[in-house]
Amino acid sequence: MGINFRKETFRDDFTFRNSPENIRRFPFPYHEDAYMYSVNIEPHVPGPKNSVFEHLIDVDEHYVSEMQDRAMVLAEDPLRCQSLPHMTLAGWDLLELLMTEMAKGYPEHFTLTRDGDRWRWINRPLGIDDTFTFGDVSTLPYGPMEYITRQSQGDFAILDQRDGNLWMDAGMVTTQADWSLDFDIGMNFFEWHAPVPLAHEMGVFTRALKFLTNIQQGQPARRLNWTMTINPRLDTSPENFHKWGSDRLTVTPENVGQKVHLRVELQTFFRLPRSNALVFPIRCYLLKMDELVTVPKWARRFHRVLRDLPVELAEYKGLTRYRQTTVEWLSKYDDGAPTSPGFSPE
Amino acid sequence: MSAGTNKLNVTVTEVVAVNELVKRFHFERTDGGNLPTFSGGAHVVVEMRDGDITRLNPYSLMSSPLSTRDYTISVRRDDVGRGGSLFMHNRVKRGMEMVISYPVNLFSLDLRAKKHLMIAGGIGITPFLAQTAQLASYGGNFELHYTCRSEALGSYSDVLRERYGNRVSLYLDERNERIPLERLLATQPLGTHIYVCGPAGMIKWVRDSAAAHGWPDDAVHYEHFAAPQPGTPFDVKLAVSGLEIRVGEQQSLLEAIEAAGVDPPYLCRGGVCGQCETNVISYDGTFKHNDHWLSDEEHCSGKKIMPCVSRFEGRSLVLER
Repeated sequence: MGINFRKETFRDDFTFRNSPENIRRFPFPYHEDAYMYSVNIEPHVPGPKNSVFEHLIDVDEHYVSEMQDRAMVLAEDPLRCQSLPHMTLAGWDLLELLMTEMAKGYPEHFTLTRDGDRWRWINRPLGIDDTFTFGDVSTLPYGPMEYITRQSQGDFAILDQRDGNLWMDAGMVTTQADWSLDFDIGMNFFEWHAPVPLAHEMGVFTRALKFLTNIQQGQPARRLNWTMTINPRLDTSPENFHKWGSDRLTVTPENVGQKVHLRVELQTFFRLPRSNALVFPIRCYLLKMDELVTVPKWARRFHRVLRDLPVELAEYKGLTRYRQTTVEWLSKYDDGAPTSPGFSPE
Repeated sequence: MSAGTNKLNVTVTEVVAVNELVKRFHFERTDGGNLPTFSGGAHVVVEMRDGDITRLNPYSLMSSPLSTRDYTISVRRDDVGRGGSLFMHNRVKRGMEMVISYPVNLFSLDLRAKKHLMIAGGIGITPFLAQTAQLASYGGNFELHYTCRSEALGSYSDVLRERYGNRVSLYLDERNERIPLERLLATQPLGTHIYVCGPAGMIKWVRDSAAAHGWPDDAVHYEHFAAPQPGTPFDVKLAVSGLEIRVGEQQSLLEAIEAAGVDPPYLCRGGVCGQCETNVISYDGTFKHNDHWLSDEEHCSGKKIMPCVSRFEGRSLVLER
């Protein structure tokens, strides 16, 4: 068995697409026909088979190509990966978490063998077979966080916890929805969320911080967030805005299905045991409008969500330029029928 | 999602009398295998089933975080407390199966520190045993100042001296020795963080002195578990669950709420983490606040209580639980 890894690109010719099976496992983020902020956090426990929640760390058909895209981003801009000096221990914690969970969830693709501090890591999809000493940075080709996150889908922010706050003190960020690790590094929870509209007044961040600082070992949590992206581009960073910003002007009624993507982030939160830091993996899933409308319930619901979205949110998420065109395109797939509650396809 | 609910089934593998007041307990996983990794400063909550009463007391892990084959804690006997330490001392024997929580760290090292200056009083030494082991494993810079009543009661002072030599200083009341706090505070290199664990008066002394010397608050860390105090029994109405309960003399309000089948979230059970904060709907009487979580204004407001350590005396109390 095993996953059939696709060869595809997230830039230039944009050959990314989802297989029909992968569409069905897309983490559709709206449980009703409208969207507003909420502290929508729930325990991150293993979920149903063939869902992105099946394993605590999800690996899918885009794995190999996403890792190649990450390597290209890092070659151009090494500051996408940073770790302040006190965060090395947290990097080892993260390496342990990711290796353990990937080997447990996907034994046909990943194997971890531990003999005391002597560890052997086999990553078959990427052709890696390394033996190293846990805790000894000199035995790996990169620091522990960079080493393992070059082999793990999604971005990773490692948050140091002190003084009742969380501090963005390390991360690997190459598939982000328009935020910059280089800008946010060293900031606390309120500082890096400062640009988000409405939520501060609603007290969302105060409550969320209280929850996050109390996340305990063995009790990870998760939430979904979403935005939209034109072309299946993983790297929509402020650093590269000149490459993708103008894409938003290229949407026409004819190309909505191929160009416009729903971009969902599965954000999870794990307490790291040695460092007492919190790791925040932010996993990005892309779905073309053509793919989304293959699920009738999602087509109806997304039409209604996008149509009725408060204008501040549309602006913050950068949807303003192509929102109307996309809503009109989606309206063809909304017959006005009621939708069932919950996220699932039907 | 209720915090503090992840449990571990463990077996007591060793009970060691350290001195006339302190016993050490070793726990291993009942089903074999390693216990979860933890960081220095973490505690576990130990469940003590004593007939009809279940007590849950937090104890700092003192074993090295580098070895998770077993966890060890040390318990100082408190002859006038609610009986948790007496239960540990008199009833817990080798081979007994117990339930403990996952480790929780509310007293973690600030890994940015250029130097860690640790100040321990009495049984407050336990989190530092784990923290020094963690720091020593990678050459971290620390200095430990440990004060206790007498040589005989200086739990682990010999072990610490042997491990770390003159990085450990011992001060004995019986010899009229006192931590030279003023000198210590005045002579640290920039980037030093202070950690203090011990009696409430000692924590206050260190915090106040550090503030007077201009130390930033975020460089001063303290572990301030208040053990729940016994007191006069009182009655409480739980409005949400529609229950009326009585809090016994030796029971905490939180334990009485739990005994009634209601499970508020908790982590520290010592009045510091804020998890079990509970709204007061109405009351006629006097609160006995013992926590370090609520502000002075909140204590006076009559609107909130921390049921893990605080009590009440009076005619009626209705809580939003």
